[in-house]
Amino acid sequence: KMKKTTGEILDCVEIVEKNSRIVKNYGIWLRYSSRSGTHNMYREYRDLKLTGAVTQLYNEMAGRHRTRPRSIQIIRTATLEASDLKRVNGMQFAKKNVKFPLPHRVASAKRNMKALSSTTFTTQRPTTFLG
Amino acid sequence: MVFKRYVEVGRVVLINYGPDAGKLATIIDIVDQNKCLIDGPANLTGVTRQVIPYGRIALTDLTVKISRNARQKTLTAAWTEGDIQAKWDATSWAKKLASKKKRATLSDFDRFKVMVARKQKSSIIAKKMKELSA
Repeated sequence: KMKKTTGEILDCVEIVEKNSRIVKNYGIWLRYSSRSGTHNMYREYRDLKLTGAVTQLYNEMAGRHRTRPRSIQIIRTATLEASDLKRVNGMQFAKKNVKFPLPHRVASAKRNMKALSSTTFTTQRPTTFLG
Repeated sequence: MVFKRYVEVGRVVLINYGPDAGKLATIIDIVDQNKCLIDGPANLTGVTRQVIPYGRIALTDLTVKISRNARQKTLTAAWTEGDIQAKWDATSWAKKLASKKKRATLSDFDRFKVMVARKQKSSIIAKKMKELSA
């Protein structure tokens, strides 16, 4: 059985994206171990680079399934055409003439951005509709 | 509550945060529900092609007619054809930003001049109000 103890890492190289100026759809097949067993999974991401999509994968797996990176093994990755997408979330952005408003814009004072209000107490609720 | 400003290919946006804060850019592609791909065009606004989250941009009323992933050349042509920079500078939004910027750089003498001008303006208004109410 191939595992870290039986093998030896010969080289670790970043996969440089051929064209990192366009948005692509990535399908990633992975195997991860949860608290009660190990499972296969297939996820899709939209990103400019494969390395970006994989970063999204690790962050999403950590958020949704509490999987640590050590428990994730990526089996296979592929760049997909919009017609090959299986998950609804990516499909809706891969369509032609996508357009949507930003309905509820909440300003937060994180990181020196404008806060919802300049004062601690106010009698008026803030405006979140900016057209 | 009808929405008039949409995130779409060709929408002109103002960047609110980051190294390019205060500059205009156009959306050339949408990545997902949190971020989009924008381009200046770099030779007109100084914003290079990059991904930016919606929280860092403000949508304007202006749009440009381009197709998805437009190259810088076509984007520049569309910008000059649409005369976007002039249209933007004519909006009250842009004028307010410009006046805020100017105010921040005033010297003490300039601030004195502003004070005198405001007093003159308010005296003209007060005189007129007196006439109208008499």
